[in-house]
Amino acid sequence: MLLRLEPRAQASRGLRIAAPLIALALTLGSGTVLFGALGQNPILALHTFFIRPIDSLYGLSELAIKAAPLALCAVGLAIGFRGNVWNIGAEGQLTMGAICGGGLALAFYGVEGPWLLPLMVLAGGLGGMAWGAIPALLKTRFNANEILTSLMLTYVAIQLLGYLVHGPWRDPEGYNFPETRLFGEQALLPVLLDGTRLHGGVVLALIAVGLGWLLLSRSFTGFQIKVVGQAPAAAAYAGFSRGRVVWLSFLIGGGLAGIAGLGEVAGPMGQLNPTVSPGYGFAAIICAFLGRLHPFGVLLASLLLALLFLGGESLQMHLNLPLAITGVFQGLLLFFVLACDVFVRYRVRLGPAVASPAP
Amino acid sequence: MTVSRLLPRLLAVLSAAALLAAAGPAAAEPLKVGFVYVSPIGDAGWTYQHELGRRHLETALGDKVETSYVESVPEGADAERVIREFAAGGYNLVFTTSFGYMNPTIKVAKRFPGVAFEHATGYKRAENVGTYLARFYEGRYLTGIVAGKMTKSNTVGYVAAFPIPEVVRGINAFTMGLRSVNPSAQVKVVWVSSWYDPGKEREAAETLIAQGADVITQHTDSTAPVQAAEENGVYAIGYHSDMSKYGPTAHLTASTHNWSGHYLASAKAVLDGSWAPQDLWGGIKDGMVELAPFGPAVPAEVRSLVEAKQAEIAAGTLHPFLGPVRDQSGALRVAEGGVLSDQDMLGFDWYVEGVLGKLPK
Repeated sequence: MLLRLEPRAQASRGLRIAAPLIALALTLGSGTVLFGALGQNPILALHTFFIRPIDSLYGLSELAIKAAPLALCAVGLAIGFRGNVWNIGAEGQLTMGAICGGGLALAFYGVEGPWLLPLMVLAGGLGGMAWGAIPALLKTRFNANEILTSLMLTYVAIQLLGYLVHGPWRDPEGYNFPETRLFGEQALLPVLLDGTRLHGGVVLALIAVGLGWLLLSRSFTGFQIKVVGQAPAAAAYAGFSRGRVVWLSFLIGGGLAGIAGLGEVAGPMGQLNPTVSPGYGFAAIICAFLGRLHPFGVLLASLLLALLFLGGESLQMHLNLPLAITGVFQGLLLFFVLACDVFVRYRVRLGPAVASPAP
Repeated sequence: MTVSRLLPRLLAVLSAAALLAAAGPAAAEPLKVGFVYVSPIGDAGWTYQHELGRRHLETALGDKVETSYVESVPEGADAERVIREFAAGGYNLVFTTSFGYMNPTIKVAKRFPGVAFEHATGYKRAENVGTYLARFYEGRYLTGIVAGKMTKSNTVGYVAAFPIPEVVRGINAFTMGLRSVNPSAQVKVVWVSSWYDPGKEREAAETLIAQGADVITQHTDSTAPVQAAEENGVYAIGYHSDMSKYGPTAHLTASTHNWSGHYLASAKAVLDGSWAPQDLWGGIKDGMVELAPFGPAVPAEVRSLVEAKQAEIAAGTLHPFLGPVRDQSGALRVAEGGVLSDQDMLGFDWYVEGVLGKLPK
């Protein structure tokens, strides 16, 4: 006897609503068992994971800060993935954005004015775009696989950042430690809420989500991207250019990732370090798919991933659970969400595949 | 506006319900101490040594203290949140154990003047922020003596992370010790540009062995160099922790960190109200730097020599950078009888004579 998955002609409407709820129930159930087996009070543990990190305005602001770079990167990636363009290098594009924007802050240290920050945002976006343009060029000109080129360029960007903060951009009063000086006041994104770190980058992320939705759902360009992604032959027949979609995807994805990087260095960090991002560019790939490649879905997925991160910290800090256990729980949660998602689009059948009747 | 007001309230109700289910009666308030770790604890390495200090604190003070930690906190935007969470959560003393936590620690400390912070390896202090570091170079000097006595090829391999003064100081001190007993021995360095990367560290160790090194030491966090030495039949000298179980025959000794005494002293000081921020740079004399037990390959004569030198350093009669100290070009940097100042050691950007290759800048 075999189990097999059969695609549904139409995604089940009931399951579409029920799937997240089932995933939630499974997560809570397995969490209860997991934490109970470790001798913890399961209710307290689940509360510590899901509620405690965001039970204050400060907590909510931290959630937004954590989700913003994820959402920025993931919206750009989702647009590309819709067009069948596989940009895996958002992490590198983010790093380039941080280098270009942060470089401006360092170059104008001491002579800054209100004009500096907009320039930095622009430089961050352009830096990310430029880094995204390389795989786009290699793809359209030489048909080089963009997964490989964009991924490899990530490591180039990270090494470049390492070189700069270990070398020429090192803080002159920093005892040769690998970090730049702290940016001047005018080179920092404004804090939106007193007593928190909620910065302007969060607003940029929300704008990006809105614009991403407009592009994909309400514009002809978005339509072209989707057609090129789903039916390349039809797209070619209609005269939609595949090369244009590749370029657009990489420029949008790179630009948004670059702004995300600038948001980190001009926001909560306020300087350049050897590690600007703890892997936002890669986590954004998960966000993009978790959000079903829809900008609003991506926003929700980014918030969920951010909460997973904060919850993991909270479990360690307040219940003394080791990192590995919080990792197991985070993995379970993602697994349930994705597994339930499968049943929205597929149904489970018993027995071998049946040949479809001849027409 | 309404949503931003309603949501926290809703969550607060939920939290209250859950806490009612969970909270027990409160005992007398213990001292709460938080630790921020940069990597997973594992069973050897930088963070592991801090964890040993934390455990010591718990055993020594019993229910007078309550400790907690967060592992693998990235040195970017996340650090500030974790540190703040400790401070806001009623913790009285917070140890931030990696260089990249310096600015976040200072930022949080400004907002929480009633909390004591101690940052490892940094140089910024404040009214409620102290710093602490160990004179690891003293241990390096001693392990250099062991290497100088044990090498046959007179080439020693050094797997190093980043060319910052801390690491360069270790290489130089090791070389000073090495050549104090074996003036023709030399040190080859391979940089791996990572604090923890077992793959690269192993590769670097194997490269050094292929180039004739018969003792391998390291300034990185994994046990891969020791394992590579064990497999290739050469000697190894560990770092951070006793790494002998990864190279039972290869492991000669290791320069190890011991934070237990310092953590206990700081916690006691906060308990009795005498805590004040300090700039602590403690060494062998303070028990902060130690040597791991000698491996079976180290002969008794070498053991007693190293122990004698260790006692001299503890007594203050021997300094690893006692003149004459020459740099790679042969120029005299410290005259006969002088010693290098702390300030010079903190800014090391040159190699002493006996290190091969050019220091990347």
